[in-house]
Amino acid sequence: MISASDGNKNTNAEPWGGFDDNLIQGSGSAVIDMENMDDTSGSSFEDMGEMHQRMKEEEEVAEEAAATEEDTGDDGEFLGMKGFKGQLGRQVADEVWQAGKRQASKAFNLYANIDILRPYFDVEPIQVRNRLIESMIPVRMIGFPQKVAGELYGPMMLVFTLVAILLHGMKTSGTVIREGTLMGTAIGTCFGYWLGVSSFIFFLAYLCNAQITMLQMLSLLGYGLFGHCVVLFVTYNVHFHWLFYVLWLVVGGVSTLRMVGVLISRTVGQTPRLILCGTLAILHMLFLLYLHFTYHKIVEGILDTLEGPNVPPIQRVARDLPDVATHLVNNTVKSLGISLQAQ
Amino acid sequence: MAEVDDSNKPLFAGLSDVSISEDIPVEGEITVPVGPSSQDDAYSTLDEPVKETILRDLKAVGKKFVHVMYPRKSSALLRDWDLWGPLLLCVTLALMLQGGSADSKEDGGPQFAEVFVIIWFGSVVITLNSKLLGGTISFFQSLCVLGYCILPLTVAMIVCRLVLLGGSGTVSFIVRLVMVVASFSWSTFASTAFLADSQPANRKALVVYPIFLFYFVIGWMILTFSPSS
Repeated sequence: MISASDGNKNTNAEPWGGFDDNLIQGSGSAVIDMENMDDTSGSSFEDMGEMHQRMKEEEEVAEEAAATEEDTGDDGEFLGMKGFKGQLGRQVADEVWQAGKRQASKAFNLYANIDILRPYFDVEPIQVRNRLIESMIPVRMIGFPQKVAGELYGPMMLVFTLVAILLHGMKTSGTVIREGTLMGTAIGTCFGYWLGVSSFIFFLAYLCNAQITMLQMLSLLGYGLFGHCVVLFVTYNVHFHWLFYVLWLVVGGVSTLRMVGVLISRTVGQTPRLILCGTLAILHMLFLLYLHFTYHKIVEGILDTLEGPNVPPIQRVARDLPDVATHLVNNTVKSLGISLQAQ
Repeated sequence: MAEVDDSNKPLFAGLSDVSISEDIPVEGEITVPVGPSSQDDAYSTLDEPVKETILRDLKAVGKKFVHVMYPRKSSALLRDWDLWGPLLLCVTLALMLQGGSADSKEDGGPQFAEVFVIIWFGSVVITLNSKLLGGTISFFQSLCVLGYCILPLTVAMIVCRLVLLGGSGTVSFIVRLVMVVASFSWSTFASTAFLADSQPANRKALVVYPIFLFYFVIGWMILTFSPSS
């Protein structure tokens, strides 16, 4: 009752200026905040971050005001009732305020998270370009820990690029059929590899006492995917077996060496270095092989069963399984069928 | 509050003692200013026909379509954003791409959902990215712009389907390729024109890259689309 009427009075005057009133300070501000919170739940989602900030400031102001009020002492006329009421009101207001804050903080979580992430996206285009180039240049400097930029823009964009390239590869190799699932697989594979392997290596690094943070690991592995993007983009469009193997060894190897170099410089001791770098190198190189070959086998099988009428207009030649093998399989199936019919 | 009432009471209590002499006429005219009420009538949409409401909204959407096709320096797309146009375009595109996977044993369900999810998830990612890079644009404004800028690609999709009716040879593929590439660059250009102002000048390239990727994937889907025979 107290806070309600007080709140109404304040809203009539001015939305945020409830503190000049000589009545109960805390309750007034709390009620107004709650009301405004409810208002923002609808349309102007944008202002919530600002409001959150403002509410924090206001809370401090309210506390200050309350403190000064206590210092100056209550007016004579309010001395008896006001002291008691003020205390009660403040207590209630505090509880209301706490509950409101808890509820509101849930809604603000999204925006708060954005603010938390913002420093990791603080890059210039030139920096990104330089880091992309550096990711292909292995540095042989073991004695001193190499610098790793803790940044997530480049890795995120590289992962999305890899998703797009994978999709492109799947489509050109003739997968109109399983498109939906392949889309999900592409996103799942890329993000799964990036996050999963980073956490795994980070865990290993923790065990091996390497000096690297999770953020640096994410950034390192993310930029390491640049080599994958280049190799896959080329080999999905130009279908030569030897080209893929050369690129796999050269480009994939170079980007792997870069990561290995960084990890070696940040680890002490032979065995930890071997474990950490061996794991990372094997995982990274095998992932590229996996991306190039795995889906294609599925596609090959489906194409074999569908045969002819369902191939898309720009279907490319089957590139990864040697022709001999498919001929062999086809012939054996045919001969088996003939022999079965004969029986 | 009781104190306030008490303190107010003597103020008004004095009024009862005031006596008004008989010869002063206590009457007058109470006029309400007409301006605001008529304004309310103008903005009131409660008693207008439904047809008018729908037509007005459609007109607003159509006006924004024109803005996308003629990407001038204008803030109309940003100022009063809506998500009706993007929804319309997205559903149209997804429905037209639907036939592509009907040749499988599955009923092609994933296709619609896939297109739908790519468009919305993609624009959300781009928006978050632009916010993280320090853009000043609001969340839904960005969604609105990205959604409306699919329009050229939807047009390309319609053309592709018409071309595919004629047959799917090399010529038709070249026609579709040209169409898709043109509409893809148009989409990227238009959305960049709208969104670039809200970004820090030195980071435009970083914001444009995901937009480019987004429209590229959609354009690719349109190009590789083949209807079931």
